[in-house]
Amino acid sequence: MSSITLTGDRVRPVLRRGSRHRSWRSRLVVLSFMAPALIGLAVFLGYPLAAAVYFSFTRFSLLNPPEFVGLDNWKYLFSDPLVGQAAYNTLWLTVVMVPARMLAALLTAMLLNAMKRARGLYRVLFYLPALAPPVTSTIAFVLLLKPQTGPVDAFLRTLGIDGPRWFNDPAWAKPALVLLALWGVGDLMIIFVAALLDVPVEQHEAAALDGANAFQRFRYVTLPAINPVIVFAAITGVIGTLQYFTQAAVAASVASNQVTGGGGVSGTFGYPENSMLTYPMWLYTEGFRYNLFGYANVMAVVLFVVSMTVTVVLLKRFRTFIGGDR
Amino acid sequence: MLRTPRRLPVVLTGLAVALSVTAACTPAPAPAPVASPGVEPSGDVELWHFFTENEAKTVDAIIADFEAKYPKVHVKIKGGEDDTKVVQAIGAGTGPDVAISYSTDIVGKFCATGGWIDLTPYIERDKVNLDAMPPVVRSYTEFRGKRCAMPFLADAYGFYYNKKLLSDAGFTAPPKTLDELTDMAKKLTVRKPDGTIQRAGFLPLWGFYENSPAHFGPMVGAKWLNGDGTSAVGSDPAWQTLLKWQKDLVDWYGYAQLDKFRATLGDEWSADNAFQKGQVAMAVDGEWRMSQAFLRGQAPTLDFGVAPLPVSDASRYGAGYITGNVIGVSRTAKNPEAAWALVKYLTMDTQAQVKLSNGIRNVPTVTSALTSPDLTADPEFKTFLDIFANPQSGTTPPSAVGPAYQETFQTFLDSYQSGKKTDLAAGLSDVDKQVNQLIKLAG
Repeated sequence: MSSITLTGDRVRPVLRRGSRHRSWRSRLVVLSFMAPALIGLAVFLGYPLAAAVYFSFTRFSLLNPPEFVGLDNWKYLFSDPLVGQAAYNTLWLTVVMVPARMLAALLTAMLLNAMKRARGLYRVLFYLPALAPPVTSTIAFVLLLKPQTGPVDAFLRTLGIDGPRWFNDPAWAKPALVLLALWGVGDLMIIFVAALLDVPVEQHEAAALDGANAFQRFRYVTLPAINPVIVFAAITGVIGTLQYFTQAAVAASVASNQVTGGGGVSGTFGYPENSMLTYPMWLYTEGFRYNLFGYANVMAVVLFVVSMTVTVVLLKRFRTFIGGDR
Repeated sequence: MLRTPRRLPVVLTGLAVALSVTAACTPAPAPAPVASPGVEPSGDVELWHFFTENEAKTVDAIIADFEAKYPKVHVKIKGGEDDTKVVQAIGAGTGPDVAISYSTDIVGKFCATGGWIDLTPYIERDKVNLDAMPPVVRSYTEFRGKRCAMPFLADAYGFYYNKKLLSDAGFTAPPKTLDELTDMAKKLTVRKPDGTIQRAGFLPLWGFYENSPAHFGPMVGAKWLNGDGTSAVGSDPAWQTLLKWQKDLVDWYGYAQLDKFRATLGDEWSADNAFQKGQVAMAVDGEWRMSQAFLRGQAPTLDFGVAPLPVSDASRYGAGYITGNVIGVSRTAKNPEAAWALVKYLTMDTQAQVKLSNGIRNVPTVTSALTSPDLTADPEFKTFLDIFANPQSGTTPPSAVGPAYQETFQTFLDSYQSGKKTDLAAGLSDVDKQVNQLIKLAG
């Protein structure tokens, strides 16, 4: 048996070659299984992302090849008179709307789970507004809140309250958008309902036996159990709100009394007084309305970086909170 | 560890080259040679337009006339296509031969980029007389000396008034000057006991329905852009005249009261339109408002009159704002000769223009059609035809940044009318700076 006489030094390379070969085969197998996803990521994420960065340094009209202009578009970002307002509006909505929707969805889900009768009926009722297309639900909501003629205003008047002008008042327009988001909170509520139903009952019982009150059971049993769902809601909520567009555009159009204007909905973006102008709406305007696609790509790159940063921070923050890789 | 940084520039350069090669647009092809005079157009032509329903049917009828006149040409029509789709299709090399755009705002882009071809060689070959169109129409269909568009139909903006309300207040005629408008607006306004507005004689807020600096500019003959394409709003004193007049009237009502009143009004395009419901006695609007689709269909009993815009200087009376739809030949046109034949027919043929105007109820753009006995023109429509033909009428000039110069101005006006910004001269100067930055960025 010649192999027995081989020294360790001579055996090791033979083994390494075999192991490396197996390792490569294994990698190729993994890669081939991942290939469809990787190709999709490269084509639909990698390329557009790289293209956006490239276009941000060009003058680009969609009609002609991009023309390199150096940092001109990036410099304009700091003198654009409305980008700050648009970013502020989006930030405001993110900071207020996302937690408000999560809180409302969680509270509604807890109430529904605590109900003894007609639980199914109420789940359907609370979920229904989320089924309406965003354009339709926004039109309906703005008309509900319309000053003088809307039913909400009429109801407030019966209480002797002179209601605000909601979507027509720069100070109330964003809070009104938050109300609209809360009206359609059913999509998130249904996820919290499912998560709450998965919380082990025995843990609640054990905690109760140990003397924990309702708040303590919620804080130390329910909350840790549904934490992954909270993380999911926070990240998707933040990303969705950073891209907030349709509802603000339609609300501005309806509130300005130009809901079916022939000039296109973008003519009323931001009404009233740019209080509902979100960052993606301004990006769209600069690109498709003002033909400044190079600058629009600057805004898109910035939006991507902000979204990515917020996501990473949230993931790290929540991973610490849930204590590991859960 | 050192290998990655060394490779990074190579990778980035490769990526940049790949991106520039695969950039999402096709380079402009060399313009097709113009055929000799007298060559009969033939083949297929694809036409995209934005019209729908009855207006689309009118276009279909005109196209049938065209095909009857040019039997060797077949036109494939796609309706409901907006500018964004046209731009993307041309950029991808799959654009239509001919496209109709809703707004003159796109002319600057199509001319500057060559998205629509320069029609001058065809116009010169066929000896098309562009003087058959008013100068204002010629001005909004060309950009930087390049005629890439032709006017399809035009819109003229004038002054609508409620005859009954004016008569009840003792007025026998609409206002001709801004001072008269102020006086009549005040007398026609009705307030509730608590001071809120029940009816506005004239609602002067920017952003209300068709109230925009573009539509009001001809009241004072204001200029938008200088010859070199830079903003003129800060240097043209006419704007200050208009804005001070508007602000004085807003202040008389009280901005908060006006804003509150506006919030209660119905949608501009619906039967709840405030002018149609008598909540506003006078308004600035286009000729299309009178059509069956709007005023005459939605408020058939309303006794209304139309007139030219009130003006700052009586010698300017008769003018209004002019704009319109535009049509052009894509640089990706597979059959530019037949495409041009179609454009020429739709824009320069008297009978085609008359038929289009009668069907869509917009203003024809060639003078021969304006005076044609076949043109259906009731006294109200005739008023708009006169506004259209008035040499003092104005428009919004094409720009490389589309409507950005108007909307930048509008943003300032929102702050000025609400009182958040008070220094008019400084504000207008700031608008100039912002617009000029945008124009520079667009190249």
